[in-house]
Amino acid sequence: MRKCKYCDFLSFDMHTCTKASEENIDKYFRALWSEIRANADNRNIATIFFGGGTPSMVEAHYIEETLQTIYECFTVNENAEITIECNPGTLTKEKLDAYKKCGINRISIGLQSANDHDLEVIGRIHTYEQFLESYKLVKNAGFDNVNIDVMSALPNQTVSSYLDSLNKIIALNPAHISAYSLILEEDTPLYDLVNDNKVALPNEDDEREMYYKTKELLKLNGYNQYEISNYAKDGKHCKHNCLYWQRGEYFGFGIGAASYINGVRYKNISSFDAYINNSHNPAAIKTEQITITREDSMSEFMYLGLRFTDGIDSSEFNREFGIELENIYGNEIKKLISSELLIKTETGYKLTEYGVDVSNYALSFFV
Amino acid sequence: MSDINQKNIRNFCIIAHIDHGKSTLADRIIEKTGLLTSREMQAQVLDNMELERERGITIKAQTVRTVYKAKNGEEYIFNLIDTPGHVDFNYEVSRSLAACDGAILVVDAAQGVEAQTLANVYLALDHDLDVIPVINKIDLPSADPDRVIDEIEDVIGIEAHDAPRISAKTGLNIEDVLEAVVERVPAPTGDANKPLSALIFDSLYDSYKGVIVFCRIFDGSVKVGTQIKMMATGATANVTEVGYFGAGQFIPCDELSAGMVGYITASIKNVQDTAVGDTVTDLNNPCAEPLPGYKQVNSMVYCGMYPADSSKYSDLRDALEKLKLNDASLSFEPETSIALGFGFRCGFLGLLHLEIIQERLEREYNLDLVTTAPGVIYKVHTTTGEVIELTNPSNLPDPSFIDYMEEPVVSAEIMVTTEFIGSIMELCQERRGVYLGMEYSSGNRALLKYELPLNEIIYDFFDALKSRSRGYASFDYELKGYERSTLVKLDILINKEEVDALSFIVHSDTAYERGRKMCEKLKEEIPRHLFEIPIQAAIGSKIIARETVKAVRKDVLAKCYGGDITRKKKLLEKQKEGKKRMRQVGNVEIPQKAFMSVLKLDND
Repeated sequence: MRKCKYCDFLSFDMHTCTKASEENIDKYFRALWSEIRANADNRNIATIFFGGGTPSMVEAHYIEETLQTIYECFTVNENAEITIECNPGTLTKEKLDAYKKCGINRISIGLQSANDHDLEVIGRIHTYEQFLESYKLVKNAGFDNVNIDVMSALPNQTVSSYLDSLNKIIALNPAHISAYSLILEEDTPLYDLVNDNKVALPNEDDEREMYYKTKELLKLNGYNQYEISNYAKDGKHCKHNCLYWQRGEYFGFGIGAASYINGVRYKNISSFDAYINNSHNPAAIKTEQITITREDSMSEFMYLGLRFTDGIDSSEFNREFGIELENIYGNEIKKLISSELLIKTETGYKLTEYGVDVSNYALSFFV
Repeated sequence: MSDINQKNIRNFCIIAHIDHGKSTLADRIIEKTGLLTSREMQAQVLDNMELERERGITIKAQTVRTVYKAKNGEEYIFNLIDTPGHVDFNYEVSRSLAACDGAILVVDAAQGVEAQTLANVYLALDHDLDVIPVINKIDLPSADPDRVIDEIEDVIGIEAHDAPRISAKTGLNIEDVLEAVVERVPAPTGDANKPLSALIFDSLYDSYKGVIVFCRIFDGSVKVGTQIKMMATGATANVTEVGYFGAGQFIPCDELSAGMVGYITASIKNVQDTAVGDTVTDLNNPCAEPLPGYKQVNSMVYCGMYPADSSKYSDLRDALEKLKLNDASLSFEPETSIALGFGFRCGFLGLLHLEIIQERLEREYNLDLVTTAPGVIYKVHTTTGEVIELTNPSNLPDPSFIDYMEEPVVSAEIMVTTEFIGSIMELCQERRGVYLGMEYSSGNRALLKYELPLNEIIYDFFDALKSRSRGYASFDYELKGYERSTLVKLDILINKEEVDALSFIVHSDTAYERGRKMCEKLKEEIPRHLFEIPIQAAIGSKIIARETVKAVRKDVLAKCYGGDITRKKKLLEKQKEGKKRMRQVGNVEIPQKAFMSVLKLDND
């Protein structure tokens, strides 16, 4: 395993840790379970998501046991959406059967591109062929709620090579497609490669063309865009992801995980050793703790809610905060409407197509 | 110490090119004369401002008094007067020299004579000072003292064969320098019984003592209670303290009399009253004539300074007022820019002086500044016969009211090795220089003489000179006067709106080129907006160059992994914060550093 060249998320290389990787994995899961136990609560849980990296790389029993621990500590709804992120090349029939047995009902596969050149240049460790094998295993194991991640604006990609890749994915007919434009993050190997002119990213016109064509092509094939980068067949949108944008509460367990509980946003420490040693004590592993005030909540309502293709509902704002949306954000809304980034809908407001293109700029009006 | 024999006083200074070791030699002299123990020595005692140390140059002249026991057994009072080493402070240098009876000329044994060395030596000779050459850094592997001695004799025309060969760094042969000072610097010759006449060569504002006047007493004497008068400014005051200079401290004494160098305090609140070069006399028993050489120092370079945060306007004013207490050559007056709001038009001796003030405002007063491009004073002759001294390009009258314009011109001397003569001449040509002549000196060096418009050398001429001569050229100039010139005002329009703070005056021959470069530079500096932004350069209503900042196409957040909303929010906040550091002009946000763009037009 190694980190992809565009990734700036927290990760650890088990092979370079001083102790044997198996030992560290085992330690980590034991610590994870004690964190879950320490947070036991009688809430109903509607979604569970194993993600952030490649949880499918570890032996299936760790995943099973983690879910068992969650079942013991929380009340998980009968029809809860339970997803695991997988990378091609890490899946086996046995693993998938075990996932199915313990209640996992949604698989998210990080493919990124159906073109092997693309995969190589961004540092993915699999080929498209390997993905197809994994995908077949997934289908054969009886999973029908499957997401495939795909990226556009990759180095050297052209509009036609991208569309070719997207068409191959559409032909597999997954329930859900997440289509992201590559964002070049500082402190990643890819950033250096681009800066040193070792690889070239598509120009802006091509990049936008890819984005618009993605929308068009996916719509023609029955995928509804419900969020800036997410498309799903009817009823197959990712409930877990929507929860984030709807400001729902959630527990996040593990190193560097984020939570939102009782109006407070938390973040866990990112040090492996500190996490292992203290995970049984929730207070000791929180590095960030931000109480969301009423004002913050209003702000989140706007900048998270506007990511949805349908936008936000004014009456919902009024119901929750007891004040007209326009009384709080009248000026911002006026400015955004006049620069054609926002439009009024029957029930509220949504970003225009251009507003989505420059959503960073548009949403920053509400923070 | 009241019975000091004039015969045993030596008033002298050290002159040198930057980096030839002036401050280090001063430190050694102080050390060897035993005033300070080695432990007390800071690295460079005379350069005690933090900024000076960092830049390695002496900004404000300071002076020190030490006691030297010579080989003949007698004790001598050495008044070592420090002089600033940059052309911006030429007048201050000349006044410091006027306070001396002799000068030590330090020349680097590897570098040899530089343009600035020459300029300073000529200044010293103008003041009839005996110049004692000293060859420094003889410990360097590249040292060639014989060649440098030849060069001094050749180029400067002073006897140098018995010049002390020293290393100020290691302390080698410093005694030779001290003995030379005793033998070759003449003792002062004033008359203590005549009316007081003292030359002000520096002053310093102290919040407890008021202004501390540094002076050389030529005739008469001054003590506590003397009613003094500054002859040029007319200010009068009652002396509260006199004394001399320890290293880094003021040591009061009873009286300063003819031949001595020291300080006077008299509860003077403003350094404007104690102009460098003015003569201090006794109000009740004045001398007949002031000492020669006084002139009012005028600012040569102007720029607008604005607080980045407009609520800091009064903080900026207070800071400028405080700096002015200590710096009579700094001037400022309020001005208003449409683009930048309320600020000040500030005048400086030169670009280095400007940079020093700017850095002090930012560092010592914690101010975030937006500075407009520096410019010189143009004389605008109007059709009605009026002459306007223009310091801010925005105030240029409509061309139909202008008869003609004049710009300041300097005579410059550039010392360069012969292999770079071609490229330096080319540079001077580009900068509208008029060639006056060239003198070859010993070895492979030449002195180029040019007349150059001041506005062509204030930004980056020095850098260009260095880069085109691989660092070997040195440069010195003095203001020559004003000359008629075809000048135009170049306006910059951003999204069709004229941005007053970006206008500048330029010679008509280079207007097109500079307009084009300015547009290119601004295109790099101005971030993309939601709409297309034309950037145009114009003379009057005629557009001479254009660039376009394309509209932004995409600015989207990456996926929100694992519900890390706070990370997302921080990104949005950063975006919002970025907007605050911009100046809004019309509906375009311009980064503050864009206002300095004109300075960087020649970085190719």
